[in-house]
Amino acid sequence: MRTIPAQTIIDKVAEMCIAANRELPEDVLRTFKERQAAEENPAAKETFRQLLENAELSRETGLPLCQDCGLAVFFVEMGEDAHVEGMSLRQAINEGMVKGYKEGYLRKSSCDPFTRKNTGDNGPAIIHFDLVPGDKLKIWMMAKGGGSENMSRVMMFPPAAGWKGLREFIINRVAEAGPNPCPPILVGIGIGGNFELAAINSKKALLRDIDDKHPDADIAKLEEEVLASINKLNIGPMGLGGKTTCLGVKIMVAPCHLASLPLAVNVQCHSARHKEVVL
Amino acid sequence: MAEYTLTTPLTDADIEKLKSGDVVYITGTIYTGRDAAHKRLTDSLDKGEALPFDLKGALIYYVGPSPAPPGRPIGSAGPTTSYRMDTYAPRLHSLGLKGTIGKGKRSPEVKDAMAKYKAAYFGATGGAGALLSQAIKAAKVIAYEDLGPEAIRELTVEKFPLLVINDCHGGELYTTPNLEAALAG
Ligand code: SF4
Repeated sequence: MRTIPAQTIIDKVAEMCIAANRELPEDVLRTFKERQAAEENPAAKETFRQLLENAELSRETGLPLCQDCGLAVFFVEMGEDAHVEGMSLRQAINEGMVKGYKEGYLRKSSCDPFTRKNTGDNGPAIIHFDLVPGDKLKIWMMAKGGGSENMSRVMMFPPAAGWKGLREFIINRVAEAGPNPCPPILVGIGIGGNFELAAINSKKALLRDIDDKHPDADIAKLEEEVLASINKLNIGPMGLGGKTTCLGVKIMVAPCHLASLPLAVNVQCHSARHKEVVL
Repeated sequence: MAEYTLTTPLTDADIEKLKSGDVVYITGTIYTGRDAAHKRLTDSLDKGEALPFDLKGALIYYVGPSPAPPGRPIGSAGPTTSYRMDTYAPRLHSLGLKGTIGKGKRSPEVKDAMAKYKAAYFGATGGAGALLSQAIKAAKVIAYEDLGPEAIRELTVEKFPLLVINDCHGGELYTTPNLEAALAG
């Protein structure tokens, strides 16, 4: 049994929340530059220029990349031979998140669904736990804004719909969302599992790097094909037209019930903020 | 596509010359307001109460800024998605509101109201909150402080960069997605 002090988790989580909101991942920045060069539409080029300048300014000044610092979503892999001392792992992550959002001057966006009263501390964090072999603790943090999250959908298809049905739904969803979710977007897709697993997988898929190829060659091909199709929509950066509506499509597949074909489409804006830590 | 520098409050003449696609720099005062604040503004109107600011010639920026760090007037301040305010916008336009600032599509009702009452819808770059905050020189909460990021703030802006998405002549800048091409593969 390995012991991890709760304070270590609190501090690391706070750091991750602040860093995620100030530093766009390298793969996202690199893709911005590549796509800026590929665009012919001046408005698309200009949008990329602003996004790159914004990212630089955020690193320099410590101002968050986007005022919507999102709900903090965590994916946790807890080794079965590790143990947190001082408080529960859930409590430690939540305290770290509250600390990070406070100390980083990040916007608190969680509220009561009925009264709409702000909880004041961005809590509670949304945490998905997984138990894995070993004695390590791995935590991914994602800052998920409301604008793109609102454009996401879960749909339960009959098996007969097949890939054709899923593909049409995905493309239609992105078309309907149009300029709303701050394109260029990333699209996380969960296929199979059940109602809730498809949704969780669609978000988990977004933790992969943009360049990361799916280990299954057939799925990798579907990802590339859907990406190419979406980019024919001509929505473009901020909906002003152009070749780049989408930066990447990531699919996660799980076995499902004989009667079902679940699909979840998680839309992620260009401000694709996430961090990870291994303890 | 023209470029204009406009000073608030905006007039009918200011709005009439704008075409979708024009770049506009706003200098002066703009007001923040989003979901919960719009609900309260509308409730006040229903009760016949005075609003916390004068709607005549005004611009509302759909934004919920992040907290101001020491030494800055405001935190990050980029636009939020506008469709959520569509229910409220036509009524405010009928009372003199000259423009709204946000990102994303507007409803046909809002576009009709803009044509009828001479108003425009401006887009700011979504997600560029750190960059846009540089044009905000001062900020003060003037109503609904308890709403936190959703409180109404009076912002003093200098050359705040905007793009005309919908003008009062029916012009629209957003492209219509080419579904046929995308579905064909
Ligand atoms: S969709 Fe993303 S980039 Fe756009 S405002 Fe929301 S969090 Fe920011």
